Amino acid sequence: MSSLPTAAPASNTGFTGVAIGLHWLIAIAIIGTFALGLYMHELPLSPQKLRLYSWHKWAGVTIFLFVMLRLVWRLSHRPPEMPAGMPAWQRKAAEATHVLLYLLMLAVPLSGWLMSSAKGFQTVWFGVLPLPDLLDKNKELGDLLQEVHEVLNFTMAALVIAHLGAALKHHFIDRDDVLARMLPFLARTTGDIK
Amino acid sequence: MNCRLFGATLAGAFLIIAPAAHAIEFNQFQANRSALSFVSKQMNVPVEGQFKSFRSKIAFDPAKPAAAKAELEIDLASIDAGSKDANDEVAGKAWFNTKEFPVAKFVATSVKPLGSNRFELAGKMTIKGRTQDLTTPVTLRQEGNSATFEGSLVLKRADYALGEGMWADFGTVANEVQVKFRLVATSAAAATAAKK
Repeated sequence: MSSLPTAAPASNTGFTGVAIGLHWLIAIAIIGTFALGLYMHELPLSPQKLRLYSWHKWAGVTIFLFVMLRLVWRLSHRPPEMPAGMPAWQRKAAEATHVLLYLLMLAVPLSGWLMSSAKGFQTVWFGVLPLPDLLDKNKELGDLLQEVHEVLNFTMAALVIAHLGAALKHHFIDRDDVLARMLPFLARTTGDIK
Repeated sequence: MNCRLFGATLAGAFLIIAPAAHAIEFNQFQANRSALSFVSKQMNVPVEGQFKSFRSKIAFDPAKPAAAKAELEIDLASIDAGSKDANDEVAGKAWFNTKEFPVAKFVATSVKPLGSNRFELAGKMTIKGRTQDLTTPVTLRQEGNSATFEGSLVLKRADYALGEGMWADFGTVANEVQVKFRLVATSAAAATAAKK
């Protein structure tokens, strides 16, 4: 049983371009869709609100698909090792955060889709491709799923802030290459890259 | 053995029992067995709705369909347009303006038999003070002393000024609204005949 793909670099220090691209694409899409969700649900009913809801739902479905792609990539391409000097608890915390973020990136759009179905509004991706309604219309269930969608979102937001805080801490306090691996233009020319 | 056979036998029995003396006329509207629903399209997404309160006057003799009479009155405030937000919105001036126009009314003007229990119903539909000619196919299902009239048609909301102002554009809410109806009427004569 061959252990590693032969194409993998001998010293596993960097992310692939695809991993970096997917990370930032999904990050921007999630932040935008999250902000849109916060904004749109306060609006009084109007054609604009209906449009924004549709766009939000289309974005959610799209993000879900990109996250699936990213998961496949992640499972088939080993990410770089964490810095050697990192304490065990930090490694565990980082790993747990990453796993939770992956789970939430899937659970958030799923909960939105189910919530839409329970509220009686089917999701039709880009107005063209109807997603099946897994749930029948049911007001109580719809309200419950709305809360689930909210709680999952705010949990994810908290984890994203922790993720961001940790990345900044690595860059500015530990002065290691953790952030630079995801943002190659930050790579220190003088610093200790390895 | 099966319902259809039983129904046919029953219908046959009626033909024998109720001779020329008194034709069957379905004229007792059954509100709780009737339904009036619609599907609108928002951003190309079908959204179901219904009216919960409506009354109908029907007088239909299968032997003389052309002489049939039908009227339908819909309490527009009884709408369920899919969500509370939507219900509040469509009651307002831009949509049904239910304060000024609480009732929509349809009055049949002609019934044309198309064969095999299908008919073409024409009439005048009045919503929000606007009256339009309307034609719809209707299918009749007769079971014992009850008749079920079913059909579906497409209304254009703009014909009745439904969705004015910011809603007038069909890009978010489509002009076409699919309306489905099921009206049930029983025959008082048949009911009394059956008791004897």
